[in-house]
Amino acid sequence: MIGFFLTRLFSALLVVFGVTLIVFLLLHLVPGDPVEVMLGEMAQPADREALRHALGLDLPLWQQVLNSFGQLLRFDFGQSLFTKQPIVEMLAERIPATVQLALAGLAVALVLAFPLGILAALNRGSRWDYGAMTFSLLGVSIPNFWMGPLLILFFSVMLGWFPVSGKEGFASLVLPALTLGTALAAILSRMIRATLIEVLGEDYIRTARAKGMSEAVVILRHALRNALLPTITLIGLQLGTLLAGAVITEAVFSWPGLGQLTIDSIHRRDYPVVQACILLISVTYVVVNTLTDLVYGWLDPRIRLAGRAS
Amino acid sequence: MIGGKTIRVWIPAALCALWVVVAATGSWLPLAPNEIHLDRILLPPSSQGLLGYDDLGRAILDRLALGAQTSFLVAAWVVTLSLLIGTTIGAVSGYVGGWVDHVVVRIIDVLLAFPGILLAIALAGVLGPGIDNVVIALSAVGWVGFARLARAQVLAQRQREHVLAAYALGAPARRILFVHVVPMILAPLIVEGTFAVAGVVIAEAGLSYLGLGVQPPEASWGSMIRDGARYMLVAPHMVLAPGVALMLVVLAVNLLGDQLRDYLDVRTRGEMQSAGA
Repeated sequence: MIGFFLTRLFSALLVVFGVTLIVFLLLHLVPGDPVEVMLGEMAQPADREALRHALGLDLPLWQQVLNSFGQLLRFDFGQSLFTKQPIVEMLAERIPATVQLALAGLAVALVLAFPLGILAALNRGSRWDYGAMTFSLLGVSIPNFWMGPLLILFFSVMLGWFPVSGKEGFASLVLPALTLGTALAAILSRMIRATLIEVLGEDYIRTARAKGMSEAVVILRHALRNALLPTITLIGLQLGTLLAGAVITEAVFSWPGLGQLTIDSIHRRDYPVVQACILLISVTYVVVNTLTDLVYGWLDPRIRLAGRAS
Repeated sequence: MIGGKTIRVWIPAALCALWVVVAATGSWLPLAPNEIHLDRILLPPSSQGLLGYDDLGRAILDRLALGAQTSFLVAAWVVTLSLLIGTTIGAVSGYVGGWVDHVVVRIIDVLLAFPGILLAIALAGVLGPGIDNVVIALSAVGWVGFARLARAQVLAQRQREHVLAAYALGAPARRILFVHVVPMILAPLIVEGTFAVAGVVIAEAGLSYLGLGVQPPEASWGSMIRDGARYMLVAPHMVLAPGVALMLVVLAVNLLGDQLRDYLDVRTRGEMQSAGA
């Protein structure tokens, strides 16, 4: 058990190391001189040297790499070129909005996916199934940046129920959460349908029914519980889709979270902020995935035993 | 699941064919995507302009055709590059094994640790706008899925009898890999490639929506949606037309991918598709 946890933690650390390295190298992919790109051609030589020094670009490469790891460990990402604010403060300001949006999107996804997936599985081949799977296909095929404007057009412009953009109160959260949650709901409902159909064919379901248990108990206690395991993993894995989707959704609704900060900073060529945002989002994703893995191993002993065997 | 071969095969096939034909012949069609008509600004669809006009008085139908070229060009390049690079790296890594495989697996793990389209956004943002950089950014992210799939498939194939026979006959590794192993793993890779087309179309539009893709006066369905969103109150057709085009192409490609997967009897399904969500 402990061996399983340690192996997973170690490989997560390796991945975080690699992610940091790639994010660090991003700055070196800027065509030409990154300092010139950030400050513009007309900048004073003294300002350029100051920035070069502040970013550590005047140091040898290996020292820059080491510094960037040191910064990560100290949560010190320097300051924004644009606002001169410490980047950590900027991130801290934006995190709550993104977390709020991601959680609301997840809630929407769960509320939509479970009834749809269960209905489809129980009425396989029926209109319900057909409808749920059409929804799923549409949900995967409609990107956030079109879903958002569509919802705005219908609910804000035509019906006037919700604000068009921004973050003011609960009403402003509804449309972004719907936009973000639908795509995940599409993937999840498919998964729930497939696993539930598989589980419903098992012998113990027939036994439960033969014992004369009510259909509700058979479905909720016996079938759904066993179908939940793969679904939990999928939710963990899809959190990345949720976080990346949040970047675009935030841009659509001018939602003041990390995603919008990332995009705004790209347009301002404020690359240190871009690096910090990408790093934060990716590391969060790695942490969540590792936790999912660990929880899954804890819930299902077969997983950790298989891990030991290989 | 969905009734009728018409819905599942013929309509998607026709839509894809239309997309490819418009993309391939676009430069010969009598289109004027950049012609500005000041008297037709934001005009809704009518007999004169089938899909109406945008905020600069340009015909939306013509700009849709230009957007089709952009999306097809990017999808064709990115999927071809990703497929070639990913398959080669994954297949060689799986076949050679040892420390090479170890390093490749670590690199794949790290690249998959970036959620969805995020790394492509960062790359496109750093490299600067333009269609070339979109192709580079999406390929840099896209090869990983193919590499992982190819590696897994090669591991499953390398102990098969015909491969062992070739080895016993003294065939060189390169010949065994590319003549005896890779042809056996093409089916799942082609299915993955089909879904990747849908993913790349969405991703390209997404980057262009964020202003990181093609630049004006070039058109992308993504940048058309962004421009249209600003005039939603007065000219909803500006945001509806490119969105419907995008959705239809993605739906059609996904449906064809499903068919292809069933036809080739491939069970694995990659994550490329969700990359653009």
